Amino acid sequence: MQTIEYQEPIIQIKNLTKKFGEHTILDGLSFDIYKNKITTILGFSGAGKSTLLKHILGLLRPTEGSITVLGKDLNKMSEVELKEFRRNFGMLFQYAALFDSLSAYENVEFPLNEFTKLTEYEKKERVEGLLRSVGIKDESFKKLPSELSGGMRKRVGLARGLALNPFIMLYDEPTTGLDPITTKMVNDLIIDTAERNKDRGMTTLIISHDVRATLKISDFVAFLDHGKIVEYLPAEDFKNSDNPLVKEFVNL
Amino acid sequence: MSYIKGAVEKLGHNIVVNLYELGKFTSFGLRFFYWTFRRPFRVRNIFSQFVFIGNKSLFIICLSGAFTGMVMAYQTYFGFKLINVDTLVGPIVSITLAKELGPVLTGLIVAGRAGAAMAAQIGSMKVTEQIDALEVMGINGIQYLATPRVISSCFALPILTAIFQFVGNVGSYFIGTKVLNIDEGIYFSKLSEFMYIEDMWQGLIKAFFFGFLISLIGTYFGFQVKRGAEGVGRGTNKAVVWGMINVLVWDYFLTSYLIKIL
Repeated sequence: MQTIEYQEPIIQIKNLTKKFGEHTILDGLSFDIYKNKITTILGFSGAGKSTLLKHILGLLRPTEGSITVLGKDLNKMSEVELKEFRRNFGMLFQYAALFDSLSAYENVEFPLNEFTKLTEYEKKERVEGLLRSVGIKDESFKKLPSELSGGMRKRVGLARGLALNPFIMLYDEPTTGLDPITTKMVNDLIIDTAERNKDRGMTTLIISHDVRATLKISDFVAFLDHGKIVEYLPAEDFKNSDNPLVKEFVNL
Repeated sequence: MSYIKGAVEKLGHNIVVNLYELGKFTSFGLRFFYWTFRRPFRVRNIFSQFVFIGNKSLFIICLSGAFTGMVMAYQTYFGFKLINVDTLVGPIVSITLAKELGPVLTGLIVAGRAGAAMAAQIGSMKVTEQIDALEVMGINGIQYLATPRVISSCFALPILTAIFQFVGNVGSYFIGTKVLNIDEGIYFSKLSEFMYIEDMWQGLIKAFFFGFLISLIGTYFGFQVKRGAEGVGRGTNKAVVWGMINVLVWDYFLTSYLIKIL
């Protein structure tokens, strides 16, 4: 068994239940996500992963239960408070979700324009630094998303997600549908980003069904099935789990 | 009997579906008002949308306005000539353009062009998760995407309508005086005798409301898009159809109200 050192929970989920009409999507989930760690939530398609992510972001309200993020109960926050609070999150979407009318540079500059009062020089320094740190070359700064490869779009999406120095970085299916080389590149990028932001206490949460890719990079892995967490272990222990469903998923 | 039962069930189903859709649209409208009057006010976005709506429609507005004025001049001239009031072509065309044809045709054109573009832009942002990206950043999608479009549309429509009216009047003047040989002096004296500033106001107020309706409908159907490119096409189509229907229906209600107060 891997030894679990003391960790400070940054996201606390208690008895989280979400129903859409008669359908129960999340069924009484309770677990913590720890500061400075990479946690992956695995599960089959339709298991409720995206619904869980939307609850963590405060985009959906639970039917029952509570979610506490950075010490704040999301249920008790108004829409306007939640809007402000979401600036603590950065997110890399499955297909990067870059604004297609803006260049790579402008995409990363966008949150800085919206939420900071940085000078033009400070913004330039920050945007160029972020783009270079994720491996985007200077000649690609002015390219539109349609002119970038899938891997480059992910890099720009990650740079945009990091622009406001988030406390929690979320990755939605970061490696799904990618070739092995790009998958490795994205994994390296996730680890590198987590390492570089460790001093700030940044936490990484990955939603995925790519078991091989995520087991390599995660500290903790949770397995979600039919709206329930059926296993939640350190990554090393998860690989050797006795749960038949997890065994099947890991050996697929 | 079963045929009647089936028809009644289908009718009931359609009523429920349409009421549900109306409820969703009303909820969208309320959220629009809630977010529109909250900071930050993105003036630059409003201005760029204003330019977009104006640019997208200006050429076709001028073209339609000119030919509408010219056709109206011909039609009224030959009708009025039968009762010897052909000198009234100028004011009749001008009043019709100011009160009805200007705002309604401009509304229909903008619904077909800018309304469709709004639904397509927002719809494609929705299916590519760009709106989710905005929300995650703490930016409300309605405030960022719908508010600038609706505000700019409310102000662009009256200006486009005024341009339509002006170009239509030029067309009417050209046909009336140069082709149909109405005396230029009489044309203008009749125009100043029968055309009042209130007639202009009626059209511009209507245009303001049409601008609001077309853009709210266009952005609403953009936000409702689901299921990829096919969904974007369907949303765009609905935005155009419902935008045009609303222009025609609300024209009646606005006319019946404005005619009493102006």
